[in-house]
Amino acid sequence: MIYLDNAGTSKVSDKVFKAMEPFFKEIYGNASSLHSLGQIAKEHLECAREKVAKCINADKDEIYFTSGGSESDNWAIASIAKYGALKNKKHIITSQIEHHAVLHALDELKKQGFEITYLPVYENGIIKTEDLKNAIKKDTVAVTIMFANNEIGTIQPVKEIGEICHQNGVIFHTDAVQAIGHIPVDVKEMNIDMLSMSGHKFHSPKGVGALYCKKSIPLFNYIYGGAQEKNRRAGTENLPGIVGMAVGLEDAINEMPEVSKREKTLRDKLFEELSKIPHSKINGDKINRLPNNFNMCFEGIEGESLLLLLNEEGICASSGSACTSGSLDPSHVLLALGLAHEVAHGSLRLTLSKYTTEEEIDKTIDAVKKVVEYLRKISPVWDELQKGVRKYAL
Amino acid sequence: MLYSEKVMDHFKNPRNVGEMQDADGIGEVGNAKCGDIMRMYIKVDKDTQIITDVKFMTFGCGSAIATSSIATEMIKGQPISKALELSNKAVVEALGGLPTHKIHCSVLAEEAVKAAVKDYYDKNGIKYDEKCYAKGSCPCAHEFDHKGE
Repeated sequence: MIYLDNAGTSKVSDKVFKAMEPFFKEIYGNASSLHSLGQIAKEHLECAREKVAKCINADKDEIYFTSGGSESDNWAIASIAKYGALKNKKHIITSQIEHHAVLHALDELKKQGFEITYLPVYENGIIKTEDLKNAIKKDTVAVTIMFANNEIGTIQPVKEIGEICHQNGVIFHTDAVQAIGHIPVDVKEMNIDMLSMSGHKFHSPKGVGALYCKKSIPLFNYIYGGAQEKNRRAGTENLPGIVGMAVGLEDAINEMPEVSKREKTLRDKLFEELSKIPHSKINGDKINRLPNNFNMCFEGIEGESLLLLLNEEGICASSGSACTSGSLDPSHVLLALGLAHEVAHGSLRLTLSKYTTEEEIDKTIDAVKKVVEYLRKISPVWDELQKGVRKYAL
Repeated sequence: MLYSEKVMDHFKNPRNVGEMQDADGIGEVGNAKCGDIMRMYIKVDKDTQIITDVKFMTFGCGSAIATSSIATEMIKGQPISKALELSNKAVVEALGGLPTHKIHCSVLAEEAVKAAVKDYYDKNGIKYDEKCYAKGSCPCAHEFDHKGE
């Protein structure tokens, strides 16, 4: 099997798995307990917190462990909303291509009287800082813009966004789920006030993540019922997961220079070879992009059938077609790039990892070419394009 | 698995797929914007009114391809009047079920068959009951104007 859906989730590395093992049957104490087993657990918990903090240049007590990226996003936004309501600042700025954990949390705030501005991204999938400057108002409480996009991998000008926010006294939250462990992130240098991360995107387990919140930013309680996470998020800590995430993140950062170079070389080979397919298009900026992200559209075919046939070839991939998004519309990210619906249906996302080999990439290139050609052969849309009845969009 | 074995079989090994050069009737339904288009070709024996050959081309998801494939099997060799009775429910049953959000693919298959028959009737000046072809809205329930494509 060739696994190229690492932006969806990734395999737990051997090192992470090993690091987690003692916390199931040996060091299983509750970190809140006073006995020695509990206190040892507590030590490991705090050690993991320190490791995670160091990886993003934060302080130890600015890291709050959560159940993952979605919870971190929801918590950050809920806290911002509480603060905004207190200060009577009910305007939040975001982008059109955020993850649904952000977009749907903001939808809820709209019901509470918040006004949300969605910054456009352009054909390259990146916002313009001028648009952000123009969107900030007197009652803007926060900006939440993702670090790197989960579908097209484009990287936003986070440092500049943070700078603009701070010049205007606005809180800056970034969903860095796809960026952490893949590209350098420094919360101090990049002017980040709040940041969401998720373990399973960098070879750590699912069900664990963290929210970074700068000391000077108010963070309101999210789960009631215990003193964990400085009284703000109750619930016995998922210690095996937390330890696994800390080890996985450290590893990802140590290996980053080498891994990202390798991923980029392989990814660029995919782009080069698959761009040879006529009437295709790379989605999102080619340069300001995660090193492991490939996303292209192939005109005249639909994504779900592409994925199912690639699966038959032993390749795990992803698409932004309506059928795969579980809704009637293709991905909001691809539509925000200005792609027509019919083109956006034919997208393919391949996301690499440190385990991806050149042999796998070569096989994938051949399989995609074969499957696209076959699906076009049976597609009435492609037939019309070829006969000139319909105009090519790509 | 998302799909039944039967659906996967028809998706992976579609029956009667491809273009038909000398079709007696052609029907095309769906919309590329919604992600599904089906084109159905029929060859009809003028004396017996039996569908002697069927072909299809489909742009769409796995279930769109599978529903078109099985629909061709269900009407091939049948009298044209029988093809008109093909219901989306029968298509779903023949496939051993479809996920709820994929039922619209079976509706498209039914409509594609009917559109091909209607085309045959129109071309041959055969009178028919208009009600059989009541142009329903696209089953995808999109808000945008499908005609504006």
